[in-house]
Amino acid sequence: MALIELKELNKTYNNGQPLHVLKGINLSIERGEFVSIMGASGSGKSTLLNILGILDNYDTGTYTLDGTLIKDLTEKQSADYRNRMIGFIFQSFNLIGFKTAVENVELPLYYQGVPRRKRHELAMEYLEKLGLTPWASHFPNEMSGGQKQRVAIARALITHPRIILADEPTGALDSKTSVEVMQLLKQLNQEEGITIIVVTHESGVANETNKIIHIKDGIIGQIEENIHHDAWGGPLMK
Amino acid sequence: MRIEIIHEIASSLRNNKLRTALTGFAVSWGIFLLIALLGAGNGLMNSFMGNISEYISQSITVEGWRTSLPYAGYKEGRSIQLDQNDVKYTRSTRWEGIIENVVTTTPGKSVVLSLNGNTVSGWMPGVMPEYQEQEKMKMAFGRFLNRNDIREMRKVIVLSLAQAKELAPGKPESVLGRWINVAGIPFRVVGVYHTDERSFRRNCPIPYSTYKHAYDYSDKIDGINFSVNGLSTEAEFKALEAEYTGALKRMHSIDPQDRRGLWVNNGYTDNMQMNKATRMIRTALWILGLLTLISGIVGVSNIMLITVKERTHEFGIRKAIGAKPGAILRLIIAESVVITAVFGYLGMFLGMVACQVMDKTIGQNTVSIGMEEIRMLVNPSVGLDVALEATLLLIVAGTLAGIIPAWKAARVKPIEALRAE
Repeated sequence: MALIELKELNKTYNNGQPLHVLKGINLSIERGEFVSIMGASGSGKSTLLNILGILDNYDTGTYTLDGTLIKDLTEKQSADYRNRMIGFIFQSFNLIGFKTAVENVELPLYYQGVPRRKRHELAMEYLEKLGLTPWASHFPNEMSGGQKQRVAIARALITHPRIILADEPTGALDSKTSVEVMQLLKQLNQEEGITIIVVTHESGVANETNKIIHIKDGIIGQIEENIHHDAWGGPLMK
Repeated sequence: MRIEIIHEIASSLRNNKLRTALTGFAVSWGIFLLIALLGAGNGLMNSFMGNISEYISQSITVEGWRTSLPYAGYKEGRSIQLDQNDVKYTRSTRWEGIIENVVTTTPGKSVVLSLNGNTVSGWMPGVMPEYQEQEKMKMAFGRFLNRNDIREMRKVIVLSLAQAKELAPGKPESVLGRWINVAGIPFRVVGVYHTDERSFRRNCPIPYSTYKHAYDYSDKIDGINFSVNGLSTEAEFKALEAEYTGALKRMHSIDPQDRRGLWVNNGYTDNMQMNKATRMIRTALWILGLLTLISGIVGVSNIMLITVKERTHEFGIRKAIGAKPGAILRLIIAESVVITAVFGYLGMFLGMVACQVMDKTIGQNTVSIGMEEIRMLVNPSVGLDVALEATLLLIVAGTLAGIIPAWKAARVKPIEALRAE
């Protein structure tokens, strides 16, 4: 069974005028895939990502994550699933400003009840892996965009999630850093077999992934296999 | 609650110093006013009422007075003189088991006491040993009159400390055992009772029998004092007083409606009323203090609400990475409790300092009420019990102040929270 199974997923926003955003999405993503979801703004890609991340609910259809049906969850359950199964990477990093890098990385473990010392050790381990050891006790506003995003990636990885969801991970970065971040994600996928889903509207970013899912007006369009991008190895388009 | 939450709160407070200070001020001010108000209130009550209940005897005293209504052919304005008949009635079977320890006092006599050329005036009644308890006399030196003094009609006298100081300036204790001149007759001083700084008491009692023998052979008495057994409520005491004085009024042909024929001092009901009054004043002070504190709580709640709004994005991040609503709820409430508790303690401490300052400054001012000089405030402070109550109150207040903001923070959807800036 696929890691992620979406069947006839529908989502309508009822803010005054009903807005049918997702119109019957069928999608399955296997373990170890590196996928991008691409679409213009308003295509429904962010809504899809929010549903995949259990940040938002859907109206009809089913969403199964690693064999677990994700439907009609209480706030408490969804918090628990998010904590254990999903790692988020955001466009704007979403680090907590008054916490140091290492404290930010520790936070998901705090909500799992991991003891302080253990948490700190693990967080330092992940920061080291991402080459951030010298910045461990720095606050987010003392770091560059690329460093911040790497802290966010460490935070996403620390709980060993089933999937990493990245929402425009390079949207706030310059092109050089963007390449570095995408290389890092690619490396994580290849070397550690982590399933990564990237949402983007930039074809250059999408091109770095193995599969590109095009979404338009709430419907899945073309699904492109993109297995040769490594061989090509061209510069990331911005 | 895990220790971890303390670290969470500490860093959140550290990073919002101004907000923390403002919130803290609201609470500190509330508690400060509560403590200062209660302290000043206690000081005032101590000053004006003193430890009055300590001076109210647990007994009833009845004395003859002057009628204000004509009755049974008598004109108003007649002086009422109690005598042995009244004592007999008091000891009658009607009151057996209820009225106990019946003690009488002779009509007093104004006298001049002198020793080695020093003189002082006094009011000398002939009394029984129970008079000490009835008048709440505490001995400074020596002893009070006893049964032997009564039986042997000894010429002994008890003075007030104020009188002793006049007779032997500088060393009042030296009057003990001395023979002093009481209106031409020598009496030996056996004891000196305390007079507190507020009053100048002039009673210098001698044995009942001595007085009767030396000054008054009649069966007239000044007053009857007795204690009551087996009653507990104010209504019961009032009923007993009504029946007892009704009988005495019939015996002395006083109009039952006349409130001035007899003078009654009911120590039991006085005590109850005094306690009631004290309780009421204290309650009023508490209410005022609590109202002040509530404004502090509202302040904390208000600032916490703003905080929650400011931190919505942060809560969104926390929720996205797995914070359950309960964790957010606990975080806010704990933060609120910590702020109120820490700053509340500060306020409480400052309030107690203020009480001390009041004691040392305006508390030392004296006010003249009639013939007495009293201090403005006597020991303006709050007890440990109040401090403990206030502590408990702080925790409750902190929780209350945190509840609404916390509930609001816990309820907001992660996706909306993440969108907030």
